[in-house]
Amino acid sequence: MPETAVRELTFAQAIREALAEEMRRDSTVCIMGEDVAEAGTPFKVLAGLLEEFGKDRVVDTPISEAGFTGLAVGAAMTGMRPVVDIMFGDFITLTMDQMVNQAAKVHYMSGGKWKVPMVMRTTMGATRRSAAQHSQSLHAWYCHVPGLKVVLPSTPYDAKGLLKAAIRDENPVVFFEDKMMYKLKGEVPEGDYTVPLGVADIKRVGEDITLVATSSMVQVALGAATMLEEIGISAEVVDPRTMWPLDEKTLIESAKKTSRAIILDEGYERYGVTAELASVIATGAFYDLDAPVKRMGAMHVPIPFSPPLEDVTVPTEQTVFEAARALCGK
Amino acid sequence: MTTAAQPKETSEKVELWLRMYRQMVAIREFEAQVNELYTRALMPGLAHLYIGEEAIAVGVCEALDRADYITSTHRGHGHCLAKGASPDRMFAELLGKEAGYCKGKGGSMHIADPATGNLGANAIVCGSAGIATGAAFAAKRLGNGRVAVCFFGEGALGQGVLYEVMNLAQLFKLPVIYVCENNLYTEYTHYSETTAGDILMRATAFGLDAASVDGQDVRAVHGIAQRLVGRARHGDGPGFLLCNTYRYHGHHVGDINREYYRPKAEEQKWKTERDPILNFGKWLVEQNFADAASLAQVQSELQSEMKNAVESAVAAAYPSVDEVAEDVYA
Repeated sequence: MPETAVRELTFAQAIREALAEEMRRDSTVCIMGEDVAEAGTPFKVLAGLLEEFGKDRVVDTPISEAGFTGLAVGAAMTGMRPVVDIMFGDFITLTMDQMVNQAAKVHYMSGGKWKVPMVMRTTMGATRRSAAQHSQSLHAWYCHVPGLKVVLPSTPYDAKGLLKAAIRDENPVVFFEDKMMYKLKGEVPEGDYTVPLGVADIKRVGEDITLVATSSMVQVALGAATMLEEIGISAEVVDPRTMWPLDEKTLIESAKKTSRAIILDEGYERYGVTAELASVIATGAFYDLDAPVKRMGAMHVPIPFSPPLEDVTVPTEQTVFEAARALCGK
Repeated sequence: MTTAAQPKETSEKVELWLRMYRQMVAIREFEAQVNELYTRALMPGLAHLYIGEEAIAVGVCEALDRADYITSTHRGHGHCLAKGASPDRMFAELLGKEAGYCKGKGGSMHIADPATGNLGANAIVCGSAGIATGAAFAAKRLGNGRVAVCFFGEGALGQGVLYEVMNLAQLFKLPVIYVCENNLYTEYTHYSETTAGDILMRATAFGLDAASVDGQDVRAVHGIAQRLVGRARHGDGPGFLLCNTYRYHGHHVGDINREYYRPKAEEQKWKTERDPILNFGKWLVEQNFADAASLAQVQSELQSEMKNAVESAVAAAYPSVDEVAEDVYA
């Protein structure tokens, strides 16, 4: 930890501070996307950056996700460090060729000669009543592709440190922000620090069960852990922070210690992040497990609009509490 | 020509023309060897020959500096050679050898070389339009005076991302030239069956400086390329160059029986009446810039150079299997 004052910032402020600091530090860092300049995005995450850095570095683009993502790939190859803003994670579908066939493969296909140091910032997360095309958590799609790194911060502190690390990384990094967390407050040091990609964080120490959770599911897991404590179950909450590179060791060690694990992630459960993390634990902690690893993700349905319908599609503190209690036989 | 009054310029021009002639022959002889390699089953994968289209790569690349950028296509050997790639390392790449431009990881469709500004050939049709536009974006932001050329076939006119990036390029006044090689056939389908309306108007609609040229006439291609490159470098924005051309061989080397999509008589007519090398050679002789013997000499020199390059590539080592997981991340 740096020797600087600690303040409370929101998740959105932490993101903005990371961007501003990196833009001051490195003149090749620029932001591009839809309504990033005067509007500062619909979530106001980027408010104020245009005033400090100007239009050449905070670049409003047309609604052309494939076009400006592709442009960022080429700019990254030739000396810039673009940070692309994809307003809703649902729109990453429009960037697939640029990220999957271009950005992810340029370094390998060129025998290590060209590099693509770019960041794609985008959102995830349901329960904002935005229906099926503005609510998905599609990070697993990019986790599947060699050549990409995928980051899912869960706290303002991690968001700032991980984003700064992502911008300095020499590879294409996709950075998923849960839009329901933008107002979440937490301690964030002033000044420069990074959180390295590939290092998990134990958000709560416990003995009886491991809750591996990503992004906003960390808050859900922490809430469930408090409920579990009241019935005498001590839950450990582990946040991998980056899906790739993945800190397998910390996940396995925690599961070995507690002998039980639930994986929580807001992406679709089928063929998703929970399946990969469960496999890591099932393989690595097999002889220490007292129960099968349980997975909890989004229901396999398009996200519905109607609030009571939407609310049952993602894990909640209550459903996690019940699942953990059942897994512990209480 | 009326340049007799300017002897210095004439000698420079003659030098340029002879260099362009030599380069076109080099591409043709290179491709003849590729055809041979493939026919002898020495080459893994597919090969898409550039024979017939040499005047475009040469005419355009001769208008560029070494530091300028190009992106290329699956039919990209000609572009790479014209931008300065060495045949032996290209053959090595085509054969998947360690000595190849991409250490054998890219192959025929992915030759990339930072030393000659080659951002990479791309096997996704229109896959590099974003990259080339981004390189122009970086060139403008960094103020290094470079220009980017995006080579693509008329098949790419069907991809939406092309129009996204042309829009971006014009909005940002980027130094990029989109060079469309219309060889009449989108794989196995005549372009008229896949392309509605007027090709040039697609570019002029965005305000690009658009021109069409006889792609079999290297002097004409070079002249217009110089103009478009010059204005782009000067900050006047992007250009679009439609080159009308013909590929002599199939879509790939294995595409032998082509009569279901184009008649042999048509192929013959292009080869005898509109061959870029024959016609340019004839013109050089008529103008007394070369004689038949010196042109024949050029061909025989390049023939043996290419044969030697192939031999050294055939004899070169494959990469060690330990290399397979290297270069995934920078």
